[in-house]
Amino acid sequence: MASTATTTSTVKPRLWMGGIEPMKASYGKLMMWFFLISDTFTFSALLVSYGMVRFSNPAYEGAVEDFTFSNLYWPIPEKVYEAVPFLHGIELPLVFVGIMTFILIFSSVTMVLAVEAGHRMDRAAVEKYMLWTLLGGITFLGCQAWEWAHFIHGTESGTVISELVNGNLVERTIFGANLTENQYGPPAFADFFFFITGFHGTHVFSGVVLNFLIFYRTATGLYERRGHYEMVEKVGLYWHFVDLVWVFVFTFFYLV
Amino acid sequence: MSSLETGIDITKVHDDDHAHHEELSFWRKYVFSEDHKVIAKQYLITGIFWSIIGLGMSVIFRLQLGFPGIDMSWMRPILGQWLDETGKLDPNFYLALVTMHGTIMVFFVLTAGLSGTFSNFLIPLQIGARDMASGFLNMLSYWFFFIAGVVMFISLFIQTGPASGGWVVYPPLSALPQAMPGSGLGMSLWLVSMALFIVSQLLGGINYITTVINLRTRGMSFNRLPLTIWAFFITAILGLISFPVLFSAALLLIFDRQFGTSFYLSEIYINGEALPNVGGSPILYQHLFWFLGHPEVYIVLLPALGITSEIIATNSRKPIFGYRAMIASIIGIAFLAFIVWAHHMFVSGMNPFLGSVFMFLTLIIAVPSAVKAFNYTTTLWRGNIRFTPAMLFSIGLVSLFVTGGLTGIILGNSALDIQLHDTYFVVAHFHIVMGAASAFGLFAGVYHWFPKMFGRMMNTTMGQIHFWATFIGVYLVFFPLHYTGIAGFPRRYYTFTSYEFTKSFTDLNAFVTIAAIFTFIAQFLFLYNFFYSIFKGKKASKNPWQSNTLEWTTPVVPGHGNWPGEIPAVYRWPYDYSKPGAKEDFIPQTVPHSQTPESNLPHENEEIAIEKDIEAQNFNDQFRNAH
Repeated sequence: MASTATTTSTVKPRLWMGGIEPMKASYGKLMMWFFLISDTFTFSALLVSYGMVRFSNPAYEGAVEDFTFSNLYWPIPEKVYEAVPFLHGIELPLVFVGIMTFILIFSSVTMVLAVEAGHRMDRAAVEKYMLWTLLGGITFLGCQAWEWAHFIHGTESGTVISELVNGNLVERTIFGANLTENQYGPPAFADFFFFITGFHGTHVFSGVVLNFLIFYRTATGLYERRGHYEMVEKVGLYWHFVDLVWVFVFTFFYLV
Repeated sequence: MSSLETGIDITKVHDDDHAHHEELSFWRKYVFSEDHKVIAKQYLITGIFWSIIGLGMSVIFRLQLGFPGIDMSWMRPILGQWLDETGKLDPNFYLALVTMHGTIMVFFVLTAGLSGTFSNFLIPLQIGARDMASGFLNMLSYWFFFIAGVVMFISLFIQTGPASGGWVVYPPLSALPQAMPGSGLGMSLWLVSMALFIVSQLLGGINYITTVINLRTRGMSFNRLPLTIWAFFITAILGLISFPVLFSAALLLIFDRQFGTSFYLSEIYINGEALPNVGGSPILYQHLFWFLGHPEVYIVLLPALGITSEIIATNSRKPIFGYRAMIASIIGIAFLAFIVWAHHMFVSGMNPFLGSVFMFLTLIIAVPSAVKAFNYTTTLWRGNIRFTPAMLFSIGLVSLFVTGGLTGIILGNSALDIQLHDTYFVVAHFHIVMGAASAFGLFAGVYHWFPKMFGRMMNTTMGQIHFWATFIGVYLVFFPLHYTGIAGFPRRYYTFTSYEFTKSFTDLNAFVTIAAIFTFIAQFLFLYNFFYSIFKGKKASKNPWQSNTLEWTTPVVPGHGNWPGEIPAVYRWPYDYSKPGAKEDFIPQTVPHSQTPESNLPHENEEIAIEKDIEAQNFNDQFRNAH
């Protein structure tokens, strides 16, 4: 390693002529980038599918104040996601998911700080910021669990839907949502909500596991002995990606 | 971490375990190997195994098509309950055979068997690297493929049979277990197997791309890469971008099947009963599937075209015609591959205006394809041709590529496709242009690089006989199918006896079946040649084809790390064949221009000045001192 530096000390390396890493990035970092490009397409496929199904359903057309849940039109997201823990009965549209998003993005900030500390070879700081990042990730997952539980549980009064069962129009009240029925709107709304936020949550969970691994290896001094903290940087790329995906999921499900 | 005075950081994170000397155990050396050459052979052998099964299946269903209701009792030991008392093939199993034939040949043979073998084998050898960037991920890639194969293999033996909805597994047929026996457990196993296969492709793909970018030896700039490497590189990018979309599609389908969601299902009656599913769209699946499915065609074909470029140039003893045009056409095809998928869906009820957009984009593919076909022809033109088996198969590929490409132009027109959709015309088209052509690329590659893989030569005469039997056989099988297709025979049907017009084609169908059996049997000649030569073939020399590329500078059987000493530097492009003034008719890439003043072109004389700099730029070789 060090010996290689002596040979061309006066010559400017020709980056694309071979014998050198042209983008000054290790193979591991490149692999992470290519994996993320691939994963981008996984999520894009899901979000495009969501878009297609959503726009093949009719939108709600009346006044926003008169909105009620029905399986005949796509719901207004603000009316669905308006609950906050411990504040039962108060309408707070998108407040809770806003807090979740803030926590996740803030954990990206601490991840950047961990990477930066790694560049300085400051082991204690890497440990500290990795712990904050872990905390952010776990809190986000906890919030998502509450959000899902609330979504599954449903509102107090439920929604009366009428459907055709063996040729007869039957009316019944349903509470909450699962993969086959949904009090807030068409079943596809709940299907996609569970699938995409669940798929994203799985990614966050993997990220938390990886972050823990990095934290553990930092704490045991592995990277210090290795002489660099590149693994923190690679896992950091993944963590930022997961956050970026959430921004899109948030936009598609909660804002538009 | 070392820092150059120029301010460039070179972070070396290669695993240090490359450098150790002790003999690896049998398991680490041949089974869970991280050596790219062993992994390539694993892919090749597994691919051969699957191709025997896949082609065998096609012979069985061809028997039913050529001789409807034929007594297959003699195959009862294999087919068992799938034959009725009179020995007739069960119609459900016919559908399973067609589905499995497609799945196995497209994914396991022509994707994993072709790309997996030659990307793994040739990328490090031809760019001058010790191994793949990550040997461990490479090993993982093979074993994911292996497990995918095990799951698919198990599905062949279950009570309800393997997946039967066609290799595209369109819902609602594939989404509803009650729709047909093959949509039960067999379909679930198919989806699991494909998910594992996609993981394998991802791990392989990021390795190929990273290796080509980061681990080229000094002097190996992108415009000196052999066209094989360009093809593998672009193929890996295609797979990296398209396979995840199939992954999403498969996951959504799994949810529809197992958890009662309605992503692809809406308003369905089955057996007179209305299903509760509403709101989904089966067309959505078709879009997602073909966003993979069309690039997949080029994932299968591009490596074969890359291999062909290399072999045709070597055996014509001429530089490849239009090196840069070849690269541009690979990139052009790869780009277009992503924006033409809906030409598979002209009859899906898609907006005809959208159809005409996709038709327009599809027909543009003829341009880069024609560039390639003409460049092959002009490379052959007045060449000093050596008809090795590899060369024959490469020329055969060009022939098939042109034949199948022409029908592609026909099918790309939506007005014609609506008539010909799902007929045997389509079957003939894609079997020639992507099936047989890619298989020819695979054969060409095996014949050409066999000496490097096993240190022995394959029998040339047997190879030539194998070529002519296969070449003639393929045309005899698929050319008549154009006619049955135009006549209106739909694909995937068990029999055609209920329509009057099919009567006059009975003989033709029987003929196709006989040709298929003939072609299938001819492949055993290859198998014999292949396995016999591994052990008993003539010992190969270091550079049997007098080729220019780097793999022929390694020892006859390259060991771990490929080159015993330093990795050689590269000074020229790989196609200096029959260069005017040169002593021999080939100049390997490792020969500096300073040593060949007699044949240098003016601009090459200028490159002599930087040879020393390039020679010194050696940061990638982990153990350049002999070990």
